[in-house]
Amino acid sequence: MQNNIELYFSALTQNETFARAVIAAFAAQMNPSIEELSDLRTAVSEAVTNAIIHGYERDGSRCVKMRCTIDGDLLTVAVRDDGCGIPDVELARKPFYTSKPELERSGMGFAVMEAFMDRVTVESALGKGTTVTMEKRICHAER
Amino acid sequence: MEINAQKRGSGLVASLVGELDQHNAEKARIMLDTMLRDITIRDLTLDLSGVTFMDSAGLGVVLGRYKTIHMRGGRVIVTGVSAAVDRIFRMSGIYTLVERR
Ligand SMILES: Nc1ncnc2c1ncn2[C@@H]1O[C@H](COP(=O)(O)OP(=O)(O)OP(=O)(O)O)[C@@H](O)[C@H]1O
Ligand SMILES: [Mg+2]
Repeated sequence: MQNNIELYFSALTQNETFARAVIAAFAAQMNPSIEELSDLRTAVSEAVTNAIIHGYERDGSRCVKMRCTIDGDLLTVAVRDDGCGIPDVELARKPFYTSKPELERSGMGFAVMEAFMDRVTVESALGKGTTVTMEKRICHAER
Repeated sequence: MEINAQKRGSGLVASLVGELDQHNAEKARIMLDTMLRDITIRDLTLDLSGVTFMDSAGLGVVLGRYKTIHMRGGRVIVTGVSAAVDRIFRMSGIYTLVERR
């Protein structure tokens, strides 16, 4: 049976710690390794930052949605915003690409998500928003 | 985010303590830039041993300070790099600009 949680929070950067804590606490039942937990926390942080900074352009009155699912040893996290959307997803996912170089962004967010998770899919529509869905198989050996 | 800094000659050693995510990156940036207003500082050492979490926002903080210091002809050194932080640093190729000790 699947196990789901859904979390809605204001698009404020101080909620990033909270989002990271939630994914770690939810994944704990899968008995992940320290490294797997660290990967999950980092990937979630990247997706949530993007929703706040890019999707909502820092409008804290907007709402970020995070849905987490456990299905066997597979953990799926979907981070969604109803913000501006991404004009060219393929370009956005390229390492070092950033639309905000003036803000000292390195353009590594998607690259980090891809490196730390097994699969990352991006659905985006201009003016409608973006959903980043990330999957990771938790295969901590000593169970 | 807390930063403890110590100046030794023309070098500044800044020890960052906390989670270097987007939220704290903004604070760290302001604190470091305030310290770097002292133009007698040439070299910057960032001690990251107290950093319990870092993502690409933290990477931006290091790269941004590198630009400032590089323009002054100085060097940026990172110390206390954890395995998790090292992975992000390596991915970004930052070690061609910043020395790890
Ligand atoms: N949720 C989103 N809504 C709108 N645009 C987005 C969203 N997520 C990412 N983008 C776009 O994709 C680009 C690349 O994202 P990525 O996270 O890789 O880099 P970055 O956020 O610019 O920099 P970094 O993550 O290194 O600080 C962003 O610059 C932005 O233009
Ligand atoms: Mg990003």
